[in-house]
Amino acid sequence: MSTFFSQIINGLQSGSIYALVALGYSMVYGIIMLLNFAHGDIIMVGAYVIWLGVTTWNINPLVSILLAVAVSTLLGVVIEKVAYAPLRSSPRLSLLITAIGISYLLENGFQLIFGAGAKTVPTFISGPSLQLGSMTVSFPAMVTIVVTVVMMVGLTILVQKTKLGKAMRAVSEDMGAAQLMGISLNTTISFTFMLGSALAGVASVLYLCAYPQASPTMGSMLGLKAFVAAVLGGIGSLPGAMLGGFIIGMAEALVSAVGLSVWKDGVVFAILIVVLLVRPSGILGKTVKEKV
Amino acid sequence: MKKFISCALAAALALSMVGCSGGTSSSAASAAAGDSSSAAASGATSGETIKVGLLANISGDDAMYGNAVKNGAMLYIDQVNAAGGINGKQIEVKSYDDKGDATEAVTAFNRMVDEGITALIGSVLTGTTIAVADESYDINMPQITASATATGVTVLDPEDEESEIRTNVFRACFIDPFQGEKMAQYASEKLGATSAAVIFQTGSDYSEGVAEAFVAKCKELGITVTSEQGYAAGDVDFKAQLTAIAGEAPDVVFCPNYYQDDGLIVTQARQVGLEATFLGSDGWGGVADYASAEDLEGSVYCSGYAAGTEEVAQFEADYEATYGEKVPNMFAPLGYDAAMLMVNALTAAEDAGLEAGTDEYKQAVIDTMAATDGVEGITGAYSFDEQNNPIKSAAIMELVGGAEVFKEMY
Repeated sequence: MSTFFSQIINGLQSGSIYALVALGYSMVYGIIMLLNFAHGDIIMVGAYVIWLGVTTWNINPLVSILLAVAVSTLLGVVIEKVAYAPLRSSPRLSLLITAIGISYLLENGFQLIFGAGAKTVPTFISGPSLQLGSMTVSFPAMVTIVVTVVMMVGLTILVQKTKLGKAMRAVSEDMGAAQLMGISLNTTISFTFMLGSALAGVASVLYLCAYPQASPTMGSMLGLKAFVAAVLGGIGSLPGAMLGGFIIGMAEALVSAVGLSVWKDGVVFAILIVVLLVRPSGILGKTVKEKV
Repeated sequence: MKKFISCALAAALALSMVGCSGGTSSSAASAAAGDSSSAAASGATSGETIKVGLLANISGDDAMYGNAVKNGAMLYIDQVNAAGGINGKQIEVKSYDDKGDATEAVTAFNRMVDEGITALIGSVLTGTTIAVADESYDINMPQITASATATGVTVLDPEDEESEIRTNVFRACFIDPFQGEKMAQYASEKLGATSAAVIFQTGSDYSEGVAEAFVAKCKELGITVTSEQGYAAGDVDFKAQLTAIAGEAPDVVFCPNYYQDDGLIVTQARQVGLEATFLGSDGWGGVADYASAEDLEGSVYCSGYAAGTEEVAQFEADYEATYGEKVPNMFAPLGYDAAMLMVNALTAAEDAGLEAGTDEYKQAVIDTMAATDGVEGITGAYSFDEQNNPIKSAAIMELVGGAEVFKEMY
């Protein structure tokens, strides 16, 4: 039984990271209907910043973490300004392909600079693990789950209660009307990218707690799975992204727990196919009728 | 990538067989690219020298392996020659570059045969070695490869358990399953383990092969295998598998994978509360940089070559003095050992007073090689099993305070 609970904790831990990444996907999609495939690679950049911070520059881990979040945030905004903003009135396909291009640029750029091998990040967050009977909950697992929950609560308050949140919701509902009401499109969209990328920065910290290696391609599979999580929860819906993340993490842990670990990725993408066939709008997504 | 290369080489081999069926003409031989390191002596078999072929890929994609083998082998042969040769006869090396290509390898081999070699050291890669082994088997030419690990080098058809053995072909390196057996024995004998779990990468010939051999040996030794967990290439999360393993609390966990994965696995194992000792295969080399010292402490893995130990200090110094660089990898010591085993066998044939190049001479070399018992090489003491694979001790490396430290030969 304790093994089962341990597996639940494992699922929650990896699910938390998926959820944080999925939030970024979902918010950006909600605002400009773009699947930002470069989102996973922002995590990779964040991870390299931490690696540089703790090893090469040898600065305080806490400063490295803040730096990683700051760099991720900045990178998100820069990508939006440089690559997506000029294409805002182009067909959505152009944006999507640009996003894929940015993703490749980041992956291969980092491979060029830092080499293809993984960089080991020494333990930078440590603390006592929790013993519950025969069950061990590691410190990184606790931190990951707690931080994710706090982030989600904070994000929900931000979107629901603040003026910028209101602007975001308005833009996602109807971009044209929002603009007519005096909402600055550029500011709102940049802010959304900032938020999403900051969450990706946090995700990179939590990722390194669990898997202390940074590699140029680490973001691609993570990004894809988070994308599945976002679709599962209902893309554009924030609670949906969290729910989707947790479900994907849990599914992976349980599939591995019963000895089918080789099918882990297969199960995740099977979920995507089933969702798209059965309920394309996702669990918590709104069903929007397209008017022709 | 390796697999792709060997497939490509196998295809090239098939073509080369067609090309060679008409017998090797001198024009084909002269078309072979190569570098003969010694001037060809006149006459088929000279009384003064013993001609040995050395085939390695010293140019092309995997040339770093070929060069290391060649340097290692030449280092030993030069030492023997400097010390007066075998019973006063110098060893004359016919060295060719096969560029890692099976066709080139066969052509070069035929040319060496024309030049009167009596034994062959080579080749380096699995594909070229098998291509040449097919030829050498036909004429019962003693052959030893330093580094080709595939079963098919010494066994005609690895899929068939009853398959014929290439009695003339030997190798100086471990085959992959050997490491699994070694570590199972080590766990039982030295660590007193009675239960073990395995975590390996599915779809990797190396990982699966070693893991399979470990499990089979465990059953033989009475070690209970509590669970066998697989993971897919590219996975970074192993906590679910490790939690399952931790639930059964085995004495040891065998993890025959490459160092990056091993580092992640050990780190996460400690996170989920798995305290068992980790055992690894030679893929662990360099793991110290990929997990923390505390997490790795006490883990052991086996290696073909223990760099920096007392036993190999002389070899390392000689190598550096001759080639002006440090021993690059385990291929150089294996090349050295391959040459040593061959010279050892040649010495026996010389002692028997046989004439180099004759069938009796070759058979005597092969028989001596097969009967090798405890010849001390750089990488261990050698003898051969019935499939001509070496039975030798492995270097057991232990992780102590974040460093990979040589523990013992086992």
